[in-house]
Amino acid sequence: MTTLFYLAGILAVVATLLAITQRHAVHALLYLIVSLLAVAVEFFVLGAPFVAALEIMIYAGAIMVLFVFVVMMLNLAEHAMEVEREWLKPGNWLVPALLALILLGELVYCTATRNTLSLTSSVGPKQVGITLFRSYWIGVELASLLLMAGLVGAFHLGRHAIAKEEEHHVTSTDAARTDTRSDLVHVGSGGTSHAA
Amino acid sequence: MLGLAGLLTRRNMIFTLMCIEIMLNASGLAFVAAGSRWAQPDGQVMFLFILAMAAAEVSIGLAFVLLFHKRQLALDVDAASEMRG
Repeated sequence: MTTLFYLAGILAVVATLLAITQRHAVHALLYLIVSLLAVAVEFFVLGAPFVAALEIMIYAGAIMVLFVFVVMMLNLAEHAMEVEREWLKPGNWLVPALLALILLGELVYCTATRNTLSLTSSVGPKQVGITLFRSYWIGVELASLLLMAGLVGAFHLGRHAIAKEEEHHVTSTDAARTDTRSDLVHVGSGGTSHAA
Repeated sequence: MLGLAGLLTRRNMIFTLMCIEIMLNASGLAFVAAGSRWAQPDGQVMFLFILAMAAAEVSIGLAFVLLFHKRQLALDVDAASEMRG
């Protein structure tokens, strides 16, 4: 397990270094996902399986999806085809695939040998829950307050942008509405003639 | 173990939000490592709090990035220095 620990650690450091040296944002995100998965393996080896699962689900799942979403919203559409053609070259996906393959090998090793012994004594989710809701309940309340503030803040920022954009596009949609109506009438008449 | 976590934190801030995520992750790793060193669940509880904080921070940060990009058509940090109000 010690070799697994150091392997995952080296993997995390390498993936993070590659992530922050990439020029392209999506490549950096891919390396960052590999790094987060390596840190999750690290947590598992350290005897914290609950936190490892949370790391994969929330960090590598939710937060990275947010990042990818924003990067794709900011991306320029006219470059999309060239960029995609460039991504399919083997040199680009070989390194993260190799890193992820090492992680997969660790996972297969762990499940094949059924070696769930960790470096230190394992702390299960039950103990974590008991401690969380018994002696840290004020922290739970503060975290819920913080998440609520984050939700309201993000909604406020988003609503502001959407309202401004709608105000901007009102005249153009008014102009376009008559065109679509005439198109609809045209299509409807074509359909009835086909039916007849 | 903690040396590894410290290694993870020493990164420059190119993609600032991503690097903030990396640093929060490294501090969480340090917490979990310390908690598992003394076999206490407190470290994992602290990691849960860090996770909630990171989620809130990243939602606010990405909403701000979107708004800023829509307003300025630039993702440069220096372009934000003239922001007021």
